[in-house]
Amino acid sequence: MAALTPTASATSPAAPPPKEATPAASSVRRRSRPRVWRGAVLVLAGIYFVVPLLASFVFTVHTPGQGVSFEAYTGILSADGFADSLLLSLGLAACTIALSLLLAVPALVAVRLGAPRLGPVVEIVCMLPLVVPPIALVSGITTVLGWGPEYLSTTPLYQTFIVVQNESFPLVLVIAYTVLALPFVYRSLDAGLRAVDIPTLVEAARNCGASMPYVILRVVLPNLRSSLAGASFLTLALVLGEYTIAALLGYQPFAVWIVTISGSQAQTSVAVSLLSLLIAWALLMVLSRAGARAAAGATNPAPGAPTSLSGKE
Amino acid sequence: MALSATPAPGTSSPPPAADGTRRRRRAPRPHGTRSRAPRQRAWLGALPLLAFAGVCFGLPVAAVVYGAFTTKDPVTGATSATGANVSTSLQGPYLTSLTGSVELSALTALIGTVLGMLIAQAVVTSRRRALRESVLTASGVLANFGGVPLAFAFVATLGISGVVTELAHLDAAGWNLYSFTGLTVIYLYFLVPLMVLVSVPALDGLRPQWREAAQNAGATDAQFWRHVGLPVLLPTLLGGFVLLFGSAFAAYATAAALVGGSVPLVTLKIAAALSGNVQVGQENVALALSLDMIVIAGAVMAVYLPLQRRSTRWLH
Repeated sequence: MAALTPTASATSPAAPPPKEATPAASSVRRRSRPRVWRGAVLVLAGIYFVVPLLASFVFTVHTPGQGVSFEAYTGILSADGFADSLLLSLGLAACTIALSLLLAVPALVAVRLGAPRLGPVVEIVCMLPLVVPPIALVSGITTVLGWGPEYLSTTPLYQTFIVVQNESFPLVLVIAYTVLALPFVYRSLDAGLRAVDIPTLVEAARNCGASMPYVILRVVLPNLRSSLAGASFLTLALVLGEYTIAALLGYQPFAVWIVTISGSQAQTSVAVSLLSLLIAWALLMVLSRAGARAAAGATNPAPGAPTSLSGKE
Repeated sequence: MALSATPAPGTSSPPPAADGTRRRRRAPRPHGTRSRAPRQRAWLGALPLLAFAGVCFGLPVAAVVYGAFTTKDPVTGATSATGANVSTSLQGPYLTSLTGSVELSALTALIGTVLGMLIAQAVVTSRRRALRESVLTASGVLANFGGVPLAFAFVATLGISGVVTELAHLDAAGWNLYSFTGLTVIYLYFLVPLMVLVSVPALDGLRPQWREAAQNAGATDAQFWRHVGLPVLLPTLLGGFVLLFGSAFAAYATAAALVGGSVPLVTLKIAAALSGNVQVGQENVALALSLDMIVIAGAVMAVYLPLQRRSTRWLH
């Protein structure tokens, strides 16, 4: 165990080791060559990723023959169905985040604390949705929902089917999105939990006389802050952009709305697409800043979680 | 020395933590009963998740499997078992759509893996912290920028009346966004950032000490990559490829918003069949196609998991 500590601490601060290594003459020689290909790769990638965004912006403000106008943007708020679909999407996102965290956090903490043998089961259950594409899931959901009127119309369960498919707030979408989000939530939380020695923390708090709910709320969750934020962001992005399931079940959240208007208002649909990208960007910045602050505030070196998210998987 | 910890968990990392816990817990506790009580009830915490997954995930999947192997007589309404759905889904236009999806996913995943790895390596070896941060943030955003918005951004850029199409007169050169090539270009837009996100932590895990050790032993750069770098990164590369393949294979929104039905893709076929766009008696073909997709995605996962498990130990 003792040999593990130095190597582990050498990797966590990411940047310092290469700097210490540079004084060697050989590494100077090595560094000059990579600079060329590095620049080329980054420039080419930059062009590929920036051009569509710039071109989309030009497309929304410039109509050939009519000059420049910002109507596509000013018209968004008053566009038919914009507010409704966006609110629906945000509501679905909030519920999905709440449900997926409420399901995943207790399960993962329980696995760490006292049921390690359940670990592989929970992991497989959370990862399985990756094997089932959304379109396959939705074909299954349509079938199951079809059983409602067919076989269950005389039982009380039928009411559940109707409530779940409520037009103004379709809970069936929350359920489907939670299933889709489970792999991402699991990975994010698992990485966070790996970085923190939960059993020791819990034991320390328990020895001080803290009750179990108190320990979970005041000791475990604050240590997971950045991975909770990461999981929430991924879920939010997933729900806001989700099209397949909502479209095929016949609801109209944000992404479906964009497609609906694209026929009549091409510029507006592109403008909304760009804006949704910018909003996602802003959200990620806010979250990563919050994560960084949490990492700076904590005394243990652990919460490097966000960057090491998938590296261990 | 560092290796001595690894042989025990041939499986993955949870066991050592768990063993350590148990040992530490047992020793100094005066009230053994008090610590055991929460441990016995701990599995209850996992119960809601397992129950939810069983009902909300298990039931639809079971419905797919059941529906794929049954058919309903339109006259009597009786359900009977049949293999016809699955065999129909593996013939004619349905088979074309399946192979089309697999080809597109494999091609984009391959290109995406290579390009993503190159960009990640460029970022990791750069000592500019700002560059690294901004590339990672951009990747995080763009990797989630799939679906409908992406399709429209590309329609505005490279579509028939797209800005770049008109500027560069690409249509005269035979460019068509609504094609296999067009979809490849679009898919890479979210697949490459995804690969960057996956490979940056792994490249960080390539310890400088290993490189120094190799150099001190007289190895060239090529030898270092051949014998140390690539073997260590192989699970990440494979894992990234699988992840990208899965994302491209399951993608529906981009293709639906863009090509309608001009490129044969299995997701488009399923959607068409679900909306009732099938011959009489083939209603369940959508479910059979879904089952085909699940089997393919599952097979890819099954190839990847043992490989990944065998070699992740190096990057801990």
